[in-house]
Amino acid sequence: MDFLLASLVDGLLIGSVYGLAAMGLTLIWGVMRVTNLAHGAFIALGMFGVYGLFNGGFNPYVGLFLVAGCGLLVGIGIYYVALHRVINAPQLSTLLATFAVNMIILGVGTTLFSTSPRTIDFSLGSFSLGPITVQNTRLLAALASGAITGVLYLFLYRTRPGKYIRAVSSNRAAAELMGISSTHILALSFGLGALLAATAGGLIATFFPFTILSGDTYQLKSFVIGVMGGLGNPFGALIGGLILGLLEGLIPVVMPTTWVPVIEFLLFVIILLVRPNGILGAKR
Amino acid sequence: MLLELNNVSRSFGGLHALSDVTLTLPQGEILGLLGPNGAGKTTLFNIINGVYPPSAGRVRFRDQDVTGKKPYALAHMGLARTHQIVRPLNELTVRENVMVGACFGHERHTLGEAATIAAQTLAFVGLAERAEQLAGSLNVAQKKRLELARALAARPVLLLLDEVLAGLNPAEIGAMVEIVRQIRAQGVTIIMIEHVMHAIMNVSDRIVVLEYGRLLAEGTPAQIANDPKVIEAYLGSADMAQDLQSQVNYHPVNGVACTQAQA
Amino acid sequence: MKAATEELRAAPTARQVQLARWTSPGFWLTVVAVALIGLWPLVTGDASLRETFFTALLSLALASSLNIILGFTGYVSFGHVVFFGLGGYVGMVALNQGVPLWGALPLGGLAAGVLAYGLGAAILRLRGSYFALATIGVNEALRAFVNNFPPFGGATGISLQFSVYKSYGGATNALWLAYGLLLTACVAVILLSYAVKTSKFGLGLMAIREDEDAAEVMGVVTPNAKTWAYVLSAIIPGIVGVIFFFKNGNIEPADAFRLQFSIETIVMVMLGGQGTVLGAVLGAVGYQRLRGFLLTYPPVKDLQLAIAGGLLLLIVLFIPAGIVGLIRRKVPALRKFLV
Repeated sequence: MDFLLASLVDGLLIGSVYGLAAMGLTLIWGVMRVTNLAHGAFIALGMFGVYGLFNGGFNPYVGLFLVAGCGLLVGIGIYYVALHRVINAPQLSTLLATFAVNMIILGVGTTLFSTSPRTIDFSLGSFSLGPITVQNTRLLAALASGAITGVLYLFLYRTRPGKYIRAVSSNRAAAELMGISSTHILALSFGLGALLAATAGGLIATFFPFTILSGDTYQLKSFVIGVMGGLGNPFGALIGGLILGLLEGLIPVVMPTTWVPVIEFLLFVIILLVRPNGILGAKR
Repeated sequence: MLLELNNVSRSFGGLHALSDVTLTLPQGEILGLLGPNGAGKTTLFNIINGVYPPSAGRVRFRDQDVTGKKPYALAHMGLARTHQIVRPLNELTVRENVMVGACFGHERHTLGEAATIAAQTLAFVGLAERAEQLAGSLNVAQKKRLELARALAARPVLLLLDEVLAGLNPAEIGAMVEIVRQIRAQGVTIIMIEHVMHAIMNVSDRIVVLEYGRLLAEGTPAQIANDPKVIEAYLGSADMAQDLQSQVNYHPVNGVACTQAQA
Repeated sequence: MKAATEELRAAPTARQVQLARWTSPGFWLTVVAVALIGLWPLVTGDASLRETFFTALLSLALASSLNIILGFTGYVSFGHVVFFGLGGYVGMVALNQGVPLWGALPLGGLAAGVLAYGLGAAILRLRGSYFALATIGVNEALRAFVNNFPPFGGATGISLQFSVYKSYGGATNALWLAYGLLLTACVAVILLSYAVKTSKFGLGLMAIREDEDAAEVMGVVTPNAKTWAYVLSAIIPGIVGVIFFFKNGNIEPADAFRLQFSIETIVMVMLGGQGTVLGAVLGAVGYQRLRGFLLTYPPVKDLQLAIAGGLLLLIVLFIPAGIVGLIRRKVPALRKFLV
């Protein structure tokens, strides 16, 4: 029972970081209708960004702010170089454009960093509450995810650029008629998506080992979460992340860990088929 | 009756796009469908050809209950339509576009037969010399003709025309009206949605007016043109009403005479 | 009306249309070229050339079959390798049970076809990105499942019993046999792909690709057409999977269901020109040539992934119709040859 409780809590903490990663993916999908296959690469860049800064003497949490800023800029740059030309083309084009970006980042990354696993040698200790022991890095990552979600909410609902993003998201043509320059908003959204991915990657790097290719795993998880929470709904992603975290915490209690991905992806396909707007979203 | 709609309603969320519409259509008639934007005309077409089912009511086509049937099932039974916003298959040639109609529509021809039918149909609508061009490269008027040719190539029993005249210049309208007449002369029953008043008044045997998803009036072109309800509700401005009446007064019998001659 | 009659006389008859279909010079040129080049290693007995060609032909078969669902029908599948992997597993199990190779090949194809039929009925209802995502999900779910599936050897997979090769004249001979079979499969897939493209069925698929709703209104029974396109495109990788893993001697989940492999296949189809028979062939061969070059050219060896990515990006941005598509558009006179 204690074991169950511990893995539950752990699952929830990690799940909230997954949710943060998925939030970037689902934001991009919602605003741009782009399935971002470079998402995993952004996550990996975030991991290596924090890793590099940490080795350069920065506290990882300070490094995270730098990584977030770079993520935003890199995302905006990639939008203009790789996506802007095909944003109105059939979805296959944007799908492959983002995949090409993924290949470029991973190709260069593999050359620079090889594929050997890294860890950030950093610990904040842990604390115990009754039978549960929680690593502080994980607790802090979960709190950071919650805080970032809150900031994103304020940004989307209380600021002018945020409102523009929501306008473009619900109807790009109409938003343009209202005088919103959709190009800038799309670029900003892609930048935000990259920022969220990189930040999530940085947080994950504080407690899990990683390689330059680790992003792929989290990208797939982000798809699962995004679909659970409803693609295009950033706040559903946080809930989806928590659900996925819970599943990852609970499934190993009843069956071998290797069944976790089977259940996850099965669930993913079933939700796509039955509730493509997410388990929270409206019925199709 | 070729087509019967019994108390058909359709709502989207809270919006009642169609309420309790009952309508019958005998073989060989041209029925004009009028109504302001948002009156439910295209929704009615979408229900007739199965794009979505009605929320309530039944649809009968060729003495069969076809409520809730898929568009392809209705196409096989002899229904064809054009779209208000043209939907050419851009990366296929004009000929291939028309062959799709012949291959998969009412008579489901083989490729070889379809090629022959496509050539005939394209000649009929005046697109013969464009046959090998990609459909995406046509201009709007040509795309409208293509849309029509595609529907005709199926050799339908009932043809739904959704604003085939919109966006055409007067000369093109004249040519298209002539084509519609010829189609009817071949025995095809037609329902047409149109905003070009003189055209619909001249071509239709009977006109139905929708407003807010309800049947507002039904009658011959002359009756509709003089119906105070229609003039008030649909035409709105007095100018347009006058325009409408003048059109009918110039050619009041034309449409009717045409029917009798061909019946 | 006079013009109309003339036009009618100019219109091809049903027989002429059928005849024109099977006398297309561009198509036969493709078939003959692939067959002749493919036969070269068999004639010369050059084993290293055979290995190079094997990789290229493998890609050719996968890309050409993917083209049926991706290029003709317009559904982006990230799960093409699923059928390859499943065919491989079924083939390996069958071979180890003593089923002869000529029996294992259709079994692999059948298994893939049946999976595609069942899967298609479910996920082909999804459109655009949703379908693409679902195929990723299916790929990952199946890989994870096979990892836990004892009859398929779980995570360690299955090795072919060495005695199997004995029936085919030993391991060396088996390599040549596998090559010959793959070459045959490639010619068959080009024929199939062309037959589909120029058929009424293919016309329906292309109508779906251009505008699925409009196709439905014109009478194309879209659910059936899509499902059968998916089944056809799946059978080939199912058979090829048996050949590949027969040659390879062992199979494990990570090789059989590699998502990357599916994605590379999409890139090949895009590179050559989606929706054209020749495009899939050229794209597959071109991509493998390029990759082979990048892998062996020391200065860029490490960066081959990045360079391939850059190339893909350039294609997507500037020639989305692929090489064959671009030529078809620029030089309409060549359309007859570039099928």
